[in-house]
Amino acid sequence: MSAKRIIPCLDVKNGRVVKGINFVGIREVGDPVECAIEYDRQGADEIVFLDITATHEGRGTMVDVVRKTAQNVFVPLTVGGGIRSVEDFRELLLAGADKVSVNSAAVQRPELLSEAATRFGNQCVVLAIDAKMIAPGQYHVFVNGGRIDTGLDAVEWAKKAERLGAGEILLTSMDADGTRNGFDLAMLDAICDSVGIPVIASGGCGTVGHFVKLFEETKADAALAASIFHYGDLTVNQVKETLWRRKIPVRMLEIKEAEYGIV
Amino acid sequence: MIAIIDYGAGNLFSVKNALDHLEFESIITSNPLEIHAADKLILPGVGAFPDAMRLLKETTLDELICEEAKTKPLLGICLGMQMLFERSFEFTETKGLGLIPGEVRAIEAPGLKIPNIGWSELFLENECPLSEGINEGDMVYYVHSYQAVTDKKYISLYSEYGGLVPGLVFRDNVFGTQFHPEKSGKVGLHMLKNFGEMK
Repeated sequence: MSAKRIIPCLDVKNGRVVKGINFVGIREVGDPVECAIEYDRQGADEIVFLDITATHEGRGTMVDVVRKTAQNVFVPLTVGGGIRSVEDFRELLLAGADKVSVNSAAVQRPELLSEAATRFGNQCVVLAIDAKMIAPGQYHVFVNGGRIDTGLDAVEWAKKAERLGAGEILLTSMDADGTRNGFDLAMLDAICDSVGIPVIASGGCGTVGHFVKLFEETKADAALAASIFHYGDLTVNQVKETLWRRKIPVRMLEIKEAEYGIV
Repeated sequence: MIAIIDYGAGNLFSVKNALDHLEFESIITSNPLEIHAADKLILPGVGAFPDAMRLLKETTLDELICEEAKTKPLLGICLGMQMLFERSFEFTETKGLGLIPGEVRAIEAPGLKIPNIGWSELFLENECPLSEGINEGDMVYYVHSYQAVTDKKYISLYSEYGGLVPGLVFRDNVFGTQFHPEKSGKVGLHMLKNFGEMK
């Protein structure tokens, strides 16, 4: 049995964290490396960088951010955003990423998943799916930040991706994203029941109770969250403390008493 | 000086980053002279067993590693740990380095996801120099589809995934971790520190 993972996500543009950060004790606000170090300290089981840079120069900056983070953070590191080719995979893995996530490029060219899996192993290939409910129990894959309906059925796409070599699915509910009303449990059930690879839930969490509900009511393996951690509403460790008390298996930090004053 | 053996497979920089962070001198190398001059060896590895063994044989690093392991601490990580055993059944039966008795077989975990990717608890079987300061219940990060099958006397720490999964194995000065200590937070760094401080 593996522990349920709590994964903070950092949106990075031109080498800077986009959303406001409220961390205490951070030397440079907005530095993705510093933010990743802080999340590691809080007990993050993995860290995700989502590169939302549009320009070519910005891409090089991201590789640099990954390299610096890997020198300072010793938990798995996933990088996504704008990945289009096996070469992009290679560049980020060499810089120190452990996994790379792809979204629209895989929709356009599903073979990218198999090419990357053959070359680097499926453990490092994460398929990100942004989905919306279009009819009760029916979900479509959207791209371009939820603006374009690809017409693809999300469940079928997830199954196909698994066959092609994706090692994990990062599922974002566009319906729940930004609402802070909780994860989209129905959508997660639909995907978790259809694939044998781990599913990371994303979108909608606003309270620690939402994490509890997610792991008590679905088979999701991990939860990804951005703003709830960015704005300092909750620390990763606070979420894990609550899960741990509810008997949900999580990785607790050995230093928890000393550093957080929690018994 | 710790030599991280480069035989053309796997991400060696993660291990190097962790050693740098712990302030142990290390070098990524495939040069036999540098490997011989080092006082400790790390054999990393990600990928498939037959390919990795073929690469070791082609470069005759297999013989060198076995020779060097007689006198200095050796740590195999993930696939590098699996190669310490006598043979593996990944794809086809392939001979390993044979430094620890036992073999490598597919994980048997009906109903569980394969590969096993994620954090699992450690349990103690036997103390060894690398397990010093590690507590039962500490978690480490695994990424694997195959696992070692060996006598309990060679197991220091194990996890459970379907059945028993050897996490840290040892025989004399040869050690192996199925999990990635360089990606296992403070617990993993602690084990690498134990290794780095060995005399």
